[in-house]
Amino acid sequence: MATEELPSEFDVVILGTGLAESVAAAAFSRVGQKVLHLDRRSYYAANWASFTFNALLTWIQQQQEEPQPQEVQDWSSLLEEGEELIYLSQSNSASIRNVQVFCFTSEEDEEEAPDTTEEEDSADPQVETEEEAEEASHKEGEEPEPPQPLPPPAQNQSEPEPPQTLPPPSQSQSEPEPPQTLLPPAQSQSEPEPPQTLPPPAQSEPEPPQTLPPPAQNQSEPESPQTLPPPAQNQSEPPQTLPPPAQSKKKISYAHLVREGRRFNIDLVSKLMFSRGSLVDLLIKSNVSRYAEFKNVTRILTYRQGRVEQVPCSRSDVFASRQLSVVEKRKLMRFLTSCAEETEEQRAYNGRPYLEFLSDQKLGDNLQHFLLHSIAMVTEATPTEQGLAATRHFLRCLGRYGNTPFLFPVYGLGEIPQCFCRMCAVFGGIYCLRHSVSCLLLDTHSNRCKAVIDSRGQRISCSHVVLEEGFVGAERKRSSTPPRFLSRAVLITDGSILPTDSEQQVSLVTVPPAAGGPAVKMVELSPSTMTCSAGTYLVHLTCPSVGSAHQDLSPLVTSMFRTPESPDHDGPSVLWCLFFNMADGSGVEAEGHDLPENVHLSSGPDAELGHEHAVRQAESIFQKILPEEEFCPPAPNPEDIIYDGDTGDTEGDTVNTGDTGDTDGDTGDTVNTGDTVNTGDTDGDTGDTVNTGDTMNTDGDKTSPGEEEERQAVSEE
Amino acid sequence: MHGRVKVKSTAQQEEEKRKEREKKLKIYVAARDACFSKRKEGIFDDEALQISQQLLSSNPDFATLWNYRREILMHLETVKEEDEVQKIYVAELSFLESCLKVNPKSYGSWHHRWWVSTRLPKPDWARELNLCDRCLSLDDRNFHCWDYRRMVVMMSGVPVDQELAFTDRLIGSNFSNYSSWHYRSTLLPLLHPESPEPTSPCHKPPQSSTPPSPQILSHRVCEEQLLKEYELVQNAFFTDPNDQSAWFYYRWLLGRAEREEMISCVYVCRDEERVAVAFSGPVNAQACGLLLVLDGLPQRVEWRSVHPRFKHSPVWICDFPPGTISDIPNEHNLTVHWTEKPTHRDCALYTGRSESWCRDSATDQELFRSELSVEKTSVLQSELQSCNQLQELEPLNKWCLLTIILLMRALDPLGYEKETLAHFQTLKEVDSMRSAYYSDLCSKFMIENTILKMEYAEVRVFSISDKNLTTLCHLDQLLLVTHINLSSNQLQRLPPQFAMLQCLEVLEADNNSIENLEGVYHLPKLEEIILKNNKISSLSDLQPLASCPKLKRLDLRGNPVTQTADVESKLAELLPSVTDLLL
Repeated sequence: MATEELPSEFDVVILGTGLAESVAAAAFSRVGQKVLHLDRRSYYAANWASFTFNALLTWIQQQQEEPQPQEVQDWSSLLEEGEELIYLSQSNSASIRNVQVFCFTSEEDEEEAPDTTEEEDSADPQVETEEEAEEASHKEGEEPEPPQPLPPPAQNQSEPEPPQTLPPPSQSQSEPEPPQTLLPPAQSQSEPEPPQTLPPPAQSEPEPPQTLPPPAQNQSEPESPQTLPPPAQNQSEPPQTLPPPAQSKKKISYAHLVREGRRFNIDLVSKLMFSRGSLVDLLIKSNVSRYAEFKNVTRILTYRQGRVEQVPCSRSDVFASRQLSVVEKRKLMRFLTSCAEETEEQRAYNGRPYLEFLSDQKLGDNLQHFLLHSIAMVTEATPTEQGLAATRHFLRCLGRYGNTPFLFPVYGLGEIPQCFCRMCAVFGGIYCLRHSVSCLLLDTHSNRCKAVIDSRGQRISCSHVVLEEGFVGAERKRSSTPPRFLSRAVLITDGSILPTDSEQQVSLVTVPPAAGGPAVKMVELSPSTMTCSAGTYLVHLTCPSVGSAHQDLSPLVTSMFRTPESPDHDGPSVLWCLFFNMADGSGVEAEGHDLPENVHLSSGPDAELGHEHAVRQAESIFQKILPEEEFCPPAPNPEDIIYDGDTGDTEGDTVNTGDTGDTDGDTGDTVNTGDTVNTGDTDGDTGDTVNTGDTMNTDGDKTSPGEEEERQAVSEE
Repeated sequence: MHGRVKVKSTAQQEEEKRKEREKKLKIYVAARDACFSKRKEGIFDDEALQISQQLLSSNPDFATLWNYRREILMHLETVKEEDEVQKIYVAELSFLESCLKVNPKSYGSWHHRWWVSTRLPKPDWARELNLCDRCLSLDDRNFHCWDYRRMVVMMSGVPVDQELAFTDRLIGSNFSNYSSWHYRSTLLPLLHPESPEPTSPCHKPPQSSTPPSPQILSHRVCEEQLLKEYELVQNAFFTDPNDQSAWFYYRWLLGRAEREEMISCVYVCRDEERVAVAFSGPVNAQACGLLLVLDGLPQRVEWRSVHPRFKHSPVWICDFPPGTISDIPNEHNLTVHWTEKPTHRDCALYTGRSESWCRDSATDQELFRSELSVEKTSVLQSELQSCNQLQELEPLNKWCLLTIILLMRALDPLGYEKETLAHFQTLKEVDSMRSAYYSDLCSKFMIENTILKMEYAEVRVFSISDKNLTTLCHLDQLLLVTHINLSSNQLQRLPPQFAMLQCLEVLEADNNSIENLEGVYHLPKLEEIILKNNKISSLSDLQPLASCPKLKRLDLRGNPVTQTADVESKLAELLPSVTDLLL
């Protein structure tokens, strides 16, 4: 589509391919609206995107680059009488800040330098600059120049609200002072010559520049050499480049991560799908579910008194739990069954804290903790009615597809917006990435936007525009509250925080607020979700920001994992981690901006665990524009579509997934989950069957009459 | 609207589907007919195999076709090399898998798989086991699969501990599963047998165990394992006290071995020259080789049960020819041999005595503690505590209440009588659908308690008035009772078993709802019957009384029958021995 002109007339032009925009695009396209869907980024899903490890490194680099001042082109020549231009913001960096990257593993596979075995044990930050610290310094120092300046300034530079910006700087000073520690390694690095460390990754990697970024390794911890002992022990191994066999013993190296980079699908946001939440309902209702596969979250954990414990939430969990007494089991089960219905007793607590209600139930500390932090996932101050509503929602979602209320899309959350985009495209929507809109064209009489001018200066008329909030300059936004941020951390670790027989657990870990901080939601993904390479786990941490992501989350990382700061921890080691802050989309008002009435604003991801916010937003935009139309009605089965030569039939072929089920009821609730047979965590052959459908990634043309495939696969192995 | 995808209308779709279906049906019928005619002609070829495969893959429940396939396969066995046969059978197995996908509960498919598996020259049991596990992970209650799996386990000799771990896994994922619990109960005695304990003779009955090992073992489990099982099952019923499967397993755990069969009582009466023998359970004395030896001489006697209704009964009687033991001055020694089981019981009728007996009393045998009493008291006590704890949390849970009652009975039936009655009351309220069952069970326990009290008092009077009895049981234990008082209960009948009260002289059963007197039958010593305020409505109901030769006093006041015309004269005719009649 590079040089082709776009059609010059659309019903709806949508900018940004985040979840809300993509759902809206699918909804419009589905009911016959002509949709142009653009994103100035080179990838789909905006801040909802998932990246391979290498793509993430590129993304990090982009975030750390100075936003290039784009010259604003003057398109006023395109104006006709009675028209005005509204220029859109062209920078997309405002939503991400404070990006910090750390690599705690060795740069190389541990094949050479067996003589370094000893000194790491005695590793000492001071001595480390000596020749034997060669390897350590690689890690710390390689390519430090570009990243160096970034972290600290980023924190202070763009935080708009004074009260919030104050703590970060002061904290950062009391911290091990990242900027300072950066320097010594940088010096030491001059001795061992960074280029030496690079060749291997460069060989294995097509784009050497990307492997450099591990850049932002402002290893703020002075004791970093201590991370080496584990690898050092095995260094004597003969040079083996085969990663899988080595994993079990060797610490996974950075080079290995880069080499296996394509196995990673690292989400910028970390969310889960409530199995009866609005997103799952929408996926089912619209038949978009056929484009994706899902895994059950297999367990819910909590971090409490320094220990990770499993939260028993389903009947079989409660039965199997070893930490609960039988009496607690009974009390918990009774509470869970009884709170399904609203009672007088509960109503009496309306307005009073949920904690008070729970403690009056005489459940004991254990259960109270589980119910408050892990099941309702609310704070101690949350009013009872909200706490109960959250608990009920959790319980309603339980058992639909498995033993926890959550699903996670295989290949990462970034799949979901893309699935909706695909649906939009199937029904005729037109897509362009790296393509944007420079300005809106306002009809001064009607005060409506009658057209947009794209980044190439093409005038495209339209009846409605949906804008990702980042396209609108602050001066036009109604900013009732200062923008809020989320703190995110992404860790690649070498083991599960609560290992079991199965290495394919997908866990939600709830971390209650500690010392006035926010509660942290943590999701640990195993390779079964196709988001990380074999032998690693991908851990996402999310909380509302207080300070920078690093300030908010690194203490927790240190206390739960083995890092250079916690070398004696017996938990899994962090191999690599990324911290950043992302704008919290829940703060954006739907209306009241200084924009034409037919320009609609959508926002990025919010802090909640589910996807309710984005789905609600898309639906409300849709209904404002087309109040008479149904929102995302079921897509027809491919064989029911009449092809008469011109309408979207070419795309129709790509939808041939053979999911003919919607007439016989039991597939109505179908959501595809990856190999249900192996996980065994579905609940059998009920209407809520989770079936093994085809992924978005496969070309999936199972055109055979569908029902049979829905049945349990008993096939031999 | 412009650009909208055109979709076929429902009518159009329906029509297409209908046509599709018609087409399919035609093909199906044609194929079926082809198959049938081939079978008629005795053709066992590959084509037949193929056609039937197509038919069965769309309808796996077509038993005739499975039979035909078996015929073909058996024929092929005779004409092909073993390697080829193996290949054919392996193909058959994967075909069956596709059938099971269509219908995982198809009788035909599972049966055929069984058949194929057992004929396969080189069976791959590991694969079969794997298949079963997958099926069960999709539906853990698929009994076809359980059945098949048992066969596979047996054929392939899977170690018992592995199987136990398998049940652990299934119970862990969903404990509402009778199959898993039951399987566990068959595995545990094999893996953790009760240590041989030669203490009491009643605890040793050997019983052959079911699955893999053919060894003869007790079906009891060693104590250490038992305690673990108690913990497991408690976790289940505390988690969900309304789930029955765990409670049933718990009952099994607490249960005890079957009691040894024995002769519990021999009674001899000089007047009637009659012997009555009571057994520990119902037997057929005519067929079980009972031998009566009198003063060293085997006797030819005819054993009969106390009521013609019973072929099996715990009490049997026989009469000596007149004059055999009627000589009061003489002593007689009796032995009853149960030749089938090597056991016997002696009884001496001393000089001057008119009757004599020899027996184990209910107290000696701890008869009524039977159900749960095999465990040590301390264990039962702690189990009772746990259940009480649960009951505090779930005061209205019937399974818990019932289990508490059983535990109390096992521990101290008389001591806990009051609590037991209160729990029964609650049970009837919370589970009113089964209130009659609870009433009967409560009656049983009350009768047991009364028997115990009678035994301790060493009397032959059985008095259980005003206890809400709804049924009579343990009547074999009342063989020696001379006076029974059942007044003010809710009895509706005196059942045939009542005829076991061979020594009964006085029967008080006033203020019940009795309408049937079937069991008052050939009671040789019965003299007085008080039936005031019952529901006897016709003379024919009184017919059984005519068989009691010594009946003199009869109180029928307050019964509908008294309203019958000419009742007095008719009764005189029916019961000539009665001299004292109250109407």
